[in-house]
Amino acid sequence: MNNRTAGGAHNAKVMNRFALTKRLVAKLKRDEAVIGGIGNTNFDLWASGPEREQNFYMLGSMGLAIPIALGVAIAQPRRHVVALEGDGSLLMQLGCLGTVAMRAPRNLTMIVWDNGVYQITGAQPAATGSAVDLVAAARACGLANSHWAADEDDFDRLVEGALQGGPTLIAAKIDGEPGVGQTERDPVRIRAAFMKGLGVKP
Amino acid sequence: MPQDITWHGVIQATLKANDVRLITYVPDRVFTPLITSLHGDSDFTTFPCTREEEAVGINTGAWMGGMRSAVLMQTSGFGTIANALASLVVPSQIPLLMFVSERGVFGEFNLGQAMVCRTMRPVLDSLGIVHHTATRLDELEFIVDRSIRQAVATQAPVCFILSPLLTGGKVFRH
Ligand SMILES: Cc1ncc(C[n+]2csc(CCOP(=O)(O)OP(=O)(O)O)c2C)c(N)n1
Repeated sequence: MNNRTAGGAHNAKVMNRFALTKRLVAKLKRDEAVIGGIGNTNFDLWASGPEREQNFYMLGSMGLAIPIALGVAIAQPRRHVVALEGDGSLLMQLGCLGTVAMRAPRNLTMIVWDNGVYQITGAQPAATGSAVDLVAAARACGLANSHWAADEDDFDRLVEGALQGGPTLIAAKIDGEPGVGQTERDPVRIRAAFMKGLGVKP
Repeated sequence: MPQDITWHGVIQATLKANDVRLITYVPDRVFTPLITSLHGDSDFTTFPCTREEEAVGINTGAWMGGMRSAVLMQTSGFGTIANALASLVVPSQIPLLMFVSERGVFGEFNLGQAMVCRTMRPVLDSLGIVHHTATRLDELEFIVDRSIRQAVATQAPVCFILSPLLTGGKVFRH
């Protein structure tokens, strides 16, 4: 029995990040904030609706999508916040799962796209591809509500449950398709639009 | 100055007066009285992070969500956040408030601390980040209060380097 089997990932269907991102966004009805991680994660979030004002596209700081989302969740406890992160990015900042568990914000959902590689830099192998089960790791960090999405319908159900109250971590096995969009590249505009979307005046 | 005025008391009061409500940190021994006091003050949400750049991310999110925050770290912790400053805080114009307890000077015994200390001001300068080295208790409130106002007004980060001249630093016994 290897690590993947232990976490149940072997049962998870390989899905598509853009398709799942669209399914997620379709479920957001209460101006939930979404923080997109570096690269493909952002590109698919952007493509799912660039006009969505409550999206923040984190351009260069690999691994910081969940910490940023935690900060938003602390500042705005009545708004639900969703972090989207790649597996390689989460591996870089695994400790943040412990911090999230320690704070236990009810209004935070973390979604991890696990393709087992650093896709955007050339699909080099990541430890998730052969050794690390991120759902098992998240549970060990104290996030009891951590699940692999078995298929698209299961993903939908997990998202619906997560939006009722968390913290929840949902991991999805995804294919090798690159992100379909390209975010804008002006960090100040991205930040200002996001703050406006959250009703915050700087 | 009256005996009961302390550097940590001044920082805590000045943060409160400026509506800074969230404190993240990776600890340093010098910060112990400040951290202990902040944990005991219900006006602040105070918690440790596993890495300093994680704390920078949290504080950035909090600012965007409308809450002011500060991060406490040691000199060596500052050595780990150049990328988060360069790729997130500076280009996004986030008024991140950083307090660094300065190790590596005035009798440092650990060569690694002395080396990483030398990288701190060049990194701050190369990114154009305002920084002040606080050495005197009688100047501390002025420096911190005015700089927080400036950071928020100009949407730019600021770094307060707390010298052993202010805090007493870490004392080495042989
Ligand atoms: C600190 C840091 N190290 C390395 C990089 C280069 N880099 C950018 S994206 C990326 C891979 C991200 O992998 P993952 O989060 O799994 O997303 P994927 O590309 O697979 O969609 C790397 C290594 C970086 N931007 N920052």
